[in-house]
Amino acid sequence: MLKIENLSKTFNANTVNEKKAIQNLNITINDGDFITVIGGNGAGKSTLLNLISGTIPSDEGTITIDNIDISKQKEYKRAAYIGRVFQDPMTGTCADLSIEENLSLAKRRGKKRTLRKGLTSEEKKEYKSLLGSLNLGLETRVSSKVGLLSGGQRQALTLLMATLVRPKLLLLDEHTAALDPKTAAKVLELTTKIVEKDKLTTLMITHNMKDALKYGNRLIMMMDGKIILDISGEEKAKLTVNDLLKLFEQATGEEVVNDRMLLV
Amino acid sequence: MVAILISAISQGLLWAILAIGIHITYRILDISDLTSEGSFTLGAAVCASAIVNNIPPIIAVFMAIIAGSLAGMITGLLHTKLQIPSLLAGILSMTGLYSINLRIMGKANIPLNMSDTLLTNIKDLLNLGKDRDAAIILGIVVCIIVIILLVWFFNTEFGYAIVATGNNDKMIRANGINSDITKIAGLMLANALIALSGALVCQYNGYADVQQGIGAIVIGLASVIIGEVIFRNRNLIMSLSGIVIGSIIYRLIVAIVINSNYVSANDMKLFTAIIVAAALYLANLDLKKKRRVKHVED
Repeated sequence: MLKIENLSKTFNANTVNEKKAIQNLNITINDGDFITVIGGNGAGKSTLLNLISGTIPSDEGTITIDNIDISKQKEYKRAAYIGRVFQDPMTGTCADLSIEENLSLAKRRGKKRTLRKGLTSEEKKEYKSLLGSLNLGLETRVSSKVGLLSGGQRQALTLLMATLVRPKLLLLDEHTAALDPKTAAKVLELTTKIVEKDKLTTLMITHNMKDALKYGNRLIMMMDGKIILDISGEEKAKLTVNDLLKLFEQATGEEVVNDRMLLV
Repeated sequence: MVAILISAISQGLLWAILAIGIHITYRILDISDLTSEGSFTLGAAVCASAIVNNIPPIIAVFMAIIAGSLAGMITGLLHTKLQIPSLLAGILSMTGLYSINLRIMGKANIPLNMSDTLLTNIKDLLNLGKDRDAAIILGIVVCIIVIILLVWFFNTEFGYAIVATGNNDKMIRANGINSDITKIAGLMLANALIALSGALVCQYNGYADVQQGIGAIVIGLASVIIGEVIFRNRNLIMSLSGIVIGSIIYRLIVAIVINSNYVSANDMKLFTAIIVAAALYLANLDLKKKRRVKHVED
């Protein structure tokens, strides 16, 4: 269970560029929740994920995973609990290492790196059969450098790496936004397959409202660093894009001039 | 001509260790580490001072290696803990090391011609005629040991972590690795090797000089780039071997150019800088061409 209490983050405090990115945010995420996160530009979606993963430090508030307070832990320490996939397909993998070497790095997430062999022959077999079961066409290329793969393949590999050791929390930061629609759909399909199989607790930012409704059991909408909507279960299942727009209007008291402020 | 060749091979082998160190920072860690200029001299200073104080040469060499790794650690700490950009951190270490080297040596130059060195030891042991022949044997043995150890090391869990850090340190943190530690370790390893090279070269030269390290990074880079031209398809063992050959070829070019009477020994640093600049430009051109081809394929 992930619990966030009174989380705040202000960028450029006390300057003209001051930006309250996250304001007193509270949320409890239950084990197995698959949450889609939507919101306009600057709503604080990515900042929220970066605060959870420790990429940026928070100003105030606590973040606990299974009653362990991680708010003061360094990014690499938190990685023991958190799997991540980034928007940029280049970010999640190492181009100069092979597919199997990349997987071996991920296999040891949360463990100390020793002077033992980086890639054992059992691991090689394991990765090959794992890749084979996913139908990505990568099982024949396990020893190729990752730099030779396409963006979609790299993103699929990153997803696999993020979940190779079961994370207590999976963070997906618009991980299909940089891909073409067809590849994006494939990666999303793989995402749901893995998340459902391992019942992973997941936060997925998306700019696509249809995806936000289609996937997951819970949906949160953010604006100005706050969660303005939090819908789950039956209620979410019945939701349509139009409902979402209406709820947005009610929550903010503003009329949605165009749906871009939600979609972007 | 044979004499030139043998001299180039012996020097090339001893300087190759420097180039391998440069390869680790420049190619693997993706840092242009100027500490090298200081740590090369540091290795010579420590080794020569120890030798003239009657410490056995082999132990003197190990002392140089440890000193080099400490120099790398300082640069690493400046870069990661004090968040100083890597280039500047290296310059700070290099500048500081100049004074430290003078302190260690006590003067600007320590002659070794009256002392036992690794080369005289090998010469006596194998009944060889010349220092040069001993240098070739020493160089081959050291290069082989270094390459074997590095190939082993970069195939361990920690070795992978260092390679990945140079590539993508965001990814490395997301996989639970402290990128500060891997950067510091990489810089320590590289500068330990560079100091080892300095320690061997001073024994070959017969003296340690406080100016010995000037231009070391460019000379190392020249060897790395020549090596890359020879072995285009690179796995680690090939690229490391390529660097050794590159270092020998570089020494050969230097010997030929100096013997040609067109270029004086004093012009060599300028000559090397121009060669490296040209080679880097050509390598960039090559890269651009490859990218263009790739775009067409996409």
